[in-house]
Parts: sequence; C-alpha cells; structure tokens
Amino acid sequence: MTFSWARVGAIFRKELRDYRRNRFVLVFTMAVLPLIFIVVPIAELLTIKATLSSARLDTRIGLALLYLLLIPAIVPSALAAYSVVGEREQGTLEPVLTTPIRSEEFLLGKATAALVPTLVIAYAMFGIFLLATSIFAQPGVSSAVFKGSHLLVQLLFTPLLAGWSIWVGVAISTRSSDVRAAQQLGLIASLPPLVIVALMATNAITPSLRLALALGAALLLFDALGWRAVAGMFNRERLIAGRR
Amino acid sequence: MVDGSLQENGTILPSPLAAWGPFLTDGPALAVEHLTKAFGERLAFSDVSFEVAYGEVFGFLGPNGAGKTTTVRTLGTLLSPTSGTATVAGIPLSPEAGPRIRARISIMPESPGLYLRLTVAENLDCFARLYGISDAAQRIDAALRAVNLADRAGDPCGSLSKGLRQRVGLARAVLNDPAVLFLDEPTSGLDPVASREVHELINAQRERGVTIFLTTHRLEEAERLCDRVAILNTTLRLIGRPDALRQQLFRRVLDVRVRSPLDDPDRAFQGLPGVDGWTSGSPGTYALTVTDPEVAAPGVARALVEAGADILTIAESRRSLEDVYLELVDEDVEAARR
Repeated sequence: MTFSWARVGAIFRKELRDYRRNRFVLVFTMAVLPLIFIVVPIAELLTIKATLSSARLDTRIGLALLYLLLIPAIVPSALAAYSVVGEREQGTLEPVLTTPIRSEEFLLGKATAALVPTLVIAYAMFGIFLLATSIFAQPGVSSAVFKGSHLLVQLLFTPLLAGWSIWVGVAISTRSSDVRAAQQLGLIASLPPLVIVALMATNAITPSLRLALALGAALLLFDALGWRAVAGMFNRERLIAGRR
Repeated sequence: MVDGSLQENGTILPSPLAAWGPFLTDGPALAVEHLTKAFGERLAFSDVSFEVAYGEVFGFLGPNGAGKTTTVRTLGTLLSPTSGTATVAGIPLSPEAGPRIRARISIMPESPGLYLRLTVAENLDCFARLYGISDAAQRIDAALRAVNLADRAGDPCGSLSKGLRQRVGLARAVLNDPAVLFLDEPTSGLDPVASREVHELINAQRERGVTIFLTTHRLEEAERLCDRVAILNTTLRLIGRPDALRQQLFRRVLDVRVRSPLDDPDRAFQGLPGVDGWTSGSPGTYALTVTDPEVAAPGVARALVEAGADILTIAESRRSLEDVYLELVDEDVEAARR
C-alpha cells in the first residue's frame, strides 16, 4: 500500500476537532500564550524613541520581534510533545495503529495539525504587531520595523522554527512514557534555534541576508529530515507493548 | 477501497470476502505455524500452531498473562513474531505486509480507546477515512444501527457509559467490513442485554462469512458462540470443538440416584455393557464411568430394577467448557509447583 494523503488528512482532521474541544489547548496554548508574547513586543515598541542611533534602534526592534518568534517555537511544542505519548496514555494509540496507517502518515498528520494552527496564530500576532506599529509607533520606529529584512526574518523563520519544535516534540513524545515530562522536555528543546535568531536580532552576530538564508536552509533541511528520522524512531512494538 | 455490505437500515448482508477478492477463500483465514513471541527473556507465547477457516468463530481462551492479547497483536501486525510464520487473511505475516493485512482485518482491543472529546460519529469518521472507505456516512450509519447506537451518533464519547463505549468500539470494528475480526474480550463490563446484542452481532458477522477470533474469559460465551476453541497458557494446551475437548479430557459419566443405597453395588454394576467402573457419592448416588452413556444407560436401569432399587434419576454428567479449562489450568499450576 502506498503513502496516503487521505490517512494523513484523517489524523489532521481528528486532531483539529480534538483541539477545538480541549479547553486547555484552546484557551491557554492558542490564546493566552500568544497574547503574552505579543503584549511585551508592543509595549517595547511604544517605549522606543526614534531618536536612538540606528544600531540601537535595530537591536531593540530585533528584541521585540524575537518575542514574536517565541510563538512558533513554543505554541506547537506542547501539542507535538503530547501527540504520541498522550494517545498512548489515553489508550487511543492502539486502535489507530490497527488500521492500515503507516507511521509516516500518522506522524505527518500529527505534525500538520500542530503546524497549521501555529502558523495561523503566529502570523495573526505578527499582523497585529504590524498594525499596532503603524498606528502607535513613532514614524522613525515604524519605518525601521517595516524594513524588508525584519519582515523576511519573521515570515521565513516562523514556519521553520515551528517545524523544529514540532519534530523535536514528536520525537520526544515517541520515546517518552509520561505526558508532562514530554511537554517540559519539548519546551526546552524548542528553544535552541532561537538563540541564533536572538544573536542576529540583537546584532551580536552581524545579520545578513546570506546568514539568514543559510540558517533558514539548515532549519528547512532539519524539518524535512525530521519527519523521516522521527518515523524511524516510531517503534510500534515499544509503543504498544512497552511499559507505560 | 472497501465496498460495503452493511446496509443503511443496519442489516448486515453477505459477504465481505467478495470485496477482498476470491483468492481469500482458497486457504484458511488464519494459518499459524510454530509462532513464538518473546520480550527479551520472557516468553509471551511459544510454538503456537493452528488454522482457522473462513466464517469460523474461533475462541481463544486462557488465564491472565497466557499470551492471548499478544497473539492478537502479533497476528494484527502490531508486534513482530520472534519466530514462526503465519498467514492472515491470505497474506503472509511480515512487517512490509502490515498495512495490507491491517486493511483486511479489524481488531477491537479490550479497552475501546475512543477519542472522548469527539462524538461517536466523529470517532467513526476518523476510522472510515483511515480505512479509505468511500461511502463513509452510509457505512457509519449502518455500523451504528448494527449496534443500536444510531440515536447516539452526535453524543461525545466521553459522555457514554462503559457499555456504550464498548458498542462504539464494535461499530468501529465492523466499519471496514473485515475478512477477519479480532475481538479481545468484547463483552467485558457489559450487562447481559448488551452482551446478548454483541453475541447477535458476532453471529450476524459469522453468517456473512467473517472469521471471528474471539478472546474471552467468559467460558459460557465461548461455548455458546465458538465453533472451536483453543486454550493457551503460553503454549497451546488444547484445541478443538468444545464437545470434543470435554470428551478428550474427561471420561464420560452416568450419574445414578436411587431412593436407598444399594446393598451390593459391585454386584449390580459389574459386567454391565459399557460400564468401566463406579464410585459412590452421598448415600444412594453413584457415578459410573462409561464408554458411551447411550449404550450403558438401559443396562444400568435394568440392573437397578433387578437389584430392587427405586430409580430417581439416571443421567449423563455434563462437563462444561469451564471444567475443561479449569482442569488444564490446574494441571499447569500443579506442574509449575513441581
């Protein structure tokens, strides 16, 4: 039997239905958490004075935008870390695995279900941030925010960081036997790529288009390989018969 | 992918085998040869061999930890066997064949494992998509009717009782019109009425030619439903029709009850055709071991009349499947003690 997008879609659809009825996911992960990460950058933005030197202005805007990149890094990590171990704990994993679904299909369904809402939320928050900038920020600050490189970094790194968090989270979830431990580990593991972005955002390493693209390419490669690697780690036997 | 035979009104019509191709009926539904599964040093089951024909209800009995569920999981391609071979629904068992085998079978685990925040229909919809069923809405409706749950389709599974969840699990198990249906303790936790409904569903599936592999602790259920049973206790201890197992394990016995104890039972019973021996129980009761009760009973009756006894009953002692089971398990316990 060949790879089936219909089976990926079945898992994706089921996950979205489940999120919609899960108050913790809906209220905390998808609403409160993103709001926290947008309040800080907007507040930061309003305190920035346009009279700052160009380098200083860039650093402060970079820091504000960095907060926004915490959304694609952190929001999906809890969902991804729950994805396998959570089903195992609920006893729902075995019935799903008795269907013709392949490990790759199951994992891709889980990953896309974490990715799509994350992108919607992260881009929506970025949109709100840009709107607030254009309305409330001083003109000099506003034009610095709307600089092409800032926008590019934000748009490019949002899905790539989310991909990293998701595959690391799912990998932890396949090897974990406790939901809470998996989510805590997933959260910690979602942050390392942000360090490099932070170094760029704060001009600690000289940001350049080439550097951003190289980092983006590395993350893209990781995201693409992550799927196969996690599928290799997905040991049905251990998940079904192993100790919980 | 799977053309349905479940009808909109809940009727189940023949036969899922046609949907899976005529080759299915060429061999047995399940052919297991010297199958063994070990987790490290621990043997889950060892050297298990049996065959199950299409349309057969095959009971798989054994004490807790005997390896029943592990056998189901192995045949369902969730676990890889340590050694041995098997063919499931016409396909040799191998990791590569897993998705193809799983498309033709269905497994209902002991705990139905439903998504509790999703409704009954949404749970089934997810599985219909996983099986690639094209007429999903009709099939879901028919499956729910088959388990009398059509009116609960919109209820979240979390709001259902254990028995109702079990029925949703059953509806999910017949959704893909499987050629082989593995049911792991399907009536566990169900009240007698719900259990009867499950039995009716099993019988309906059998009539359509579906092979049912039933693990159960309810021996009266196995006796009533199964064409053949196997008793597993890590190794396969016994396999056959319930009647044959009784005969294989126990000598046949005529229970005789007379109003007053016989003066000389030896004289009364000795030399009677078909009677091998006798023991005495409470006053006036005798258990005669016989080769064939129908041959022995008339002679016994005549002998008792000649001995001047007032006969109250002469009847064959019925051993249940439970007696067979307990006899075997007790033997194993004794052997382990030694």
